[in-house]
Amino acid sequence: MEGRIDVTVENRAAERPEGDGKRHPNTCPGCHSHYRDDELEPTLRVCPQCGHHFPVRARDRIAQLADRGTFAEEDAGLRSADPLAFFDLRAYTERLAEAEVATGLGDALIAGAASIERRPCELAVMDFAFMGGSMGSTVGEKFARACDRAGGRGVPLVCVTASGGARMQEGILSLMQLPKTVCAVDELHEARCAFISIMSHPTTAGVLASFASLGDVIVSEPGALLAFTGPRVVQQTTREKLPDDFGLAESNARFGHVDAIVPRAELRPYVGRLLAMFSRAA
Amino acid sequence: MTEGASTQAEQLRLRERLAKLRELPLLRGVGVSGEMARLKRQLERMAVEPSADDVWHSVELARHQDRPYTLDYVERICDDFVELHGDRALADDPAIVAGLGRMDGRTVVLVGHQKGRDIRERTHRNFGMTYPEGYRKAMRAFELADRHGFPVLTLVDTPGAYPGVTAEQHGQGGWIARCQLAMARLGVPSVACVIGEGGSGGAVAIALADRVLMQENAIYSVISPEGCAAILWRDAGEAKKAAAAFKPDAVHCLELGVVDGIVPEPEGGAHADHDGAAALLAESLGAALADVEPIAPDERRRLRRGKFRAMGMYLE
Repeated sequence: MEGRIDVTVENRAAERPEGDGKRHPNTCPGCHSHYRDDELEPTLRVCPQCGHHFPVRARDRIAQLADRGTFAEEDAGLRSADPLAFFDLRAYTERLAEAEVATGLGDALIAGAASIERRPCELAVMDFAFMGGSMGSTVGEKFARACDRAGGRGVPLVCVTASGGARMQEGILSLMQLPKTVCAVDELHEARCAFISIMSHPTTAGVLASFASLGDVIVSEPGALLAFTGPRVVQQTTREKLPDDFGLAESNARFGHVDAIVPRAELRPYVGRLLAMFSRAA
Repeated sequence: MTEGASTQAEQLRLRERLAKLRELPLLRGVGVSGEMARLKRQLERMAVEPSADDVWHSVELARHQDRPYTLDYVERICDDFVELHGDRALADDPAIVAGLGRMDGRTVVLVGHQKGRDIRERTHRNFGMTYPEGYRKAMRAFELADRHGFPVLTLVDTPGAYPGVTAEQHGQGGWIARCQLAMARLGVPSVACVIGEGGSGGAVAIALADRVLMQENAIYSVISPEGCAAILWRDAGEAKKAAAAFKPDAVHCLELGVVDGIVPEPEGGAHADHDGAAALLAESLGAALADVEPIAPDERRRLRRGKFRAMGMYLE
């Protein structure tokens, strides 16, 4: 349990840059080793001591997966609107602006054409650092358009998820991104394009309950939390005793919900092999 | 902006909304005698931006202990109903009811969440909170409908999918996703109606339909007001504030294009008059079904997906 990164939405809302100041930037939750960012880069942000997989930012993930210089981002200008004029303790627009400044991203998903191991594909990657990777209208639309482009070009879609779920600040419209992305996958299926879903830590709630679970092949990273409801809420609501590996990729594999758990270092060749399997050119 | 101009703008906005509501084909379905005046009052009430109190009133009515549940409607709407049990794999989830019903001289497949009336039944029905087995039961019913050409009607009324250990181990998220996909693929027409609480993923799992309706006092939301308050306000007691902020009421859902129509309820709310509520619901379901039935199956699927694909608001 100790090895798990805390992904509860409470903490997500509390996520503040100054909060990190006190802690070392990369303290391994598994073995308590300390790393500078540049020390973790060569290991793809995997702890060299214990193998703990640190979260990866979207652009770093693209660099890890795509062939160098092949990623061509699309829809970079898409931004979230504020349909409800939502205000909790702060305005949604303020949170959005802050997330954009902090992450350098327009929203929690980046998508575009790429090739992986010299196989063309459409690549969509989520970033947990942007408001907990939450899915609002922009994430939904960007994912749906990625499906369209994959279908149009007749290439597979590779998607890496990292999300706390639907974005509450967009209310019911964020819930509607579930059926929306499901419909987009259905269209992708109809175009006979493969969908490879890579669930990274954490893939929870609305994203797990929509497109992420609809991959032709579903892959996960070791130790990733893949749960509709996170451990804290389950514990609080039901008072049940949670198994040690509750919701983790390993538990999901045992119960038959993922095809494989692939360590990060092997992910790129693994996806390359899958793309070859689905290749039409052969 | 001067005060006069803003009032004018406000009036224009209200008129537009009223016009939109009047256009709704579903409201036409309320041709019950003596209903017109009440309906007009209702429309006028709707034309005013619901206040925080109005929204909270909806939340309370949507959860009212006497509000009719799926089986209350089934026994009033269907001439005959044969319930189907089990997901053919593991279990029968009592939080979801599925079955074959006779309505207006033809057979439909009906699927809906089911809450319980007294403590014993509530526990048995798990308060309408579904396990993956429930979604699999729904999917089995959808397949049957497709095979035999029966239209699908779903009634949504759940606080949310069950947040338990076993539910997770059985793949809660994945089955919610696949249940939606099954509905997206249906060749037969489908109509969904939120009749109480439309709670998050557990609700939308059976609400990917050609037409989605909502009863006047139902709510449809991404999270419960208490959950939202606990997370964003760090205080579950702020539920009323949270509900006002994320606007789960029918009027707002209609405005945002999430539902296609509002089904009126009898004066005071559905709990006050089950028969009246069922008659109004039956008319609206029938009208919505008649609306989508003439469309060819492939075209209907395309339109259904197009409708959901268009949902959301973003800046280009």
